[in-house]
Amino acid sequence: MNAVITFVDVVKRFGSQVVLDKVNVEFSRGKTTVIAGGSGQGKSVSLKLILGLMQPDSGQILVDGVDISRLGRKKLNQVRSQFGVLFQGGALLDSMTVWENVALPLTERTTFARDEVERRVAQALVQFDLVGHELKFPAQLSGGMQKRVGLARALMLQPSIMLFDEPTTGLDPQITMDIYRLFFKTQKELGYSSIIVSHDIPKVFNLADEVIILSNGSMLKFYSPEDIQHSTDPEVMEFASKTMGQVYHSSVEMMAV
Amino acid sequence: MIHAFLQKSGASVLYHIQDWGRMGLFLIAAGRGCFSRPFRFREMVRQVRLIGLNSLPLIIFIGFFTGMVLGLQGYYTLRRVGSESILGMLVALSLIKELGPVLTALMVTGRAGSAMCAELGIMRHSEQFDALECMAIDPFRYLISPKFLATLISVPLLTLIFNVVGIFGGYVSGVILLEVNPGAYMNGIVSGVTSADINLGIKKSYAFALLVVWICAGRGYFVHAIKNGGFGAEGVSRVTTQAVVYTSIAILLWDYMLTAVLI
Ligand SMILES: Nc1ncnc2c1ncn2[C@@H]1O[C@H](COP(=O)(O)OP(=O)(O)O)[C@@H](O)[C@H]1O
Ligand SMILES: [Mg+2]
Repeated sequence: MNAVITFVDVVKRFGSQVVLDKVNVEFSRGKTTVIAGGSGQGKSVSLKLILGLMQPDSGQILVDGVDISRLGRKKLNQVRSQFGVLFQGGALLDSMTVWENVALPLTERTTFARDEVERRVAQALVQFDLVGHELKFPAQLSGGMQKRVGLARALMLQPSIMLFDEPTTGLDPQITMDIYRLFFKTQKELGYSSIIVSHDIPKVFNLADEVIILSNGSMLKFYSPEDIQHSTDPEVMEFASKTMGQVYHSSVEMMAV
Repeated sequence: MIHAFLQKSGASVLYHIQDWGRMGLFLIAAGRGCFSRPFRFREMVRQVRLIGLNSLPLIIFIGFFTGMVLGLQGYYTLRRVGSESILGMLVALSLIKELGPVLTALMVTGRAGSAMCAELGIMRHSEQFDALECMAIDPFRYLISPKFLATLISVPLLTLIFNVVGIFGGYVSGVILLEVNPGAYMNGIVSGVTSADINLGIKKSYAFALLVVWICAGRGYFVHAIKNGGFGAEGVSRVTTQAVVYTSIAILLWDYMLTAVLI
């Protein structure tokens, strides 16, 4: 079985608005898949379906062959424990410091002794370049720093599947590069499968093994930029023409990193 | 026309059933969270500080002036029938049975309840609850139940302080500024207030505390699901205003009903 996550005839509606319309798609194990689509197309909703935070109106979402939308709380938590998630705004807990946020998965989900927690958090703070900010609260951090804390927290329990919701939206190019560098480095170390949601293609194509374009309720999968440019689907053509202008340019940029 | 009307009112009825159901489940989950382990004692203490301690200056201020006004009004009313001597009893009973619990709960709603609602609403929009769920951390045990316990601890204590300060305020205006006999004032309190009166006040303050935290926390937690709550900061502010209004109405309704049943 080479698909880590499979959508089978997934339909998701809000009232009369159809966000996903009988979507069938597979996410390959060990690969990096990018879901690209305009804003409001249902990218975050797709991630929430994968995490079991929302249920589809019909169809199945299989994680390692198990339908996550029909699990009880206990089983669901078991499946979720293999996920790490970087939410769109970082989703750090406001009332807790950077240190406490990073330590949270360890203090709540493991039985590590205090000094082991401290050792691991200290290590993560170094790795994610957060030393000196331990005692700050999320509201005192810049956007890029919040994302780094979120990434550190998501990776604390060494997940096998990472989900990123617009990891670089709103960040300047330099910080975007920092985040991608951390992504590459940690993926190499931990070997997770990853799903990255993005509202455009150019910034991410060079790190994607597969790109899924989400538009008007359907998902179309591509394996290379050429495939997208040669697509005859009118919606894909429109999305590509709007956002793919700089693909090769930014590939070159990434090489230089 | 009729068809559209039925459809609209049907949808509205469904929404309200759903809304009540949600709030009911919220209360159950919060109750269960109070007993889940590990218990977050430090978070509860932090909340007692936010809800209780930070409201203290306001409660003392309001309590004192409420007592002053009661002493003043009570004095001139009682003097007409020559009964100034029972001013202490009048002030104490008014505070213990009615004004203490009600005004304290209303103040806590405005000060801490609104903050709680906005905080949880913002946490919802910034996906903090989603993050907790993904880490398999129960948001009720972790965040919401400590607020419930802290409110249930703080509001009765604040009510007690309100009453004591209020009785002192009545003393200041009735005895010190006007000419009620100090012995008569104190004696009226001791002989006039029964344990049934105190019990009624205590029951009210617990009931109001539960209303405050249930409605305010619940509306904030469900900000995404509330009709015309909508998204973003505007949605949070709308839902917070709504929560304060609902809580205030609920407190006054319950005040009447509890009084009618328990008196
Ligand atoms: N809880 C919800 N209730 C109602 N509508 C929602 C909800 N969550 C998302 N939507 C709607 O679904 C659509 C897709 O949202 P989302 O997945 O957040 O978009 P994006 O692709 O920008 O991440 C949007 O039109 C949004 O308004
Ligand atoms: Mg989104």
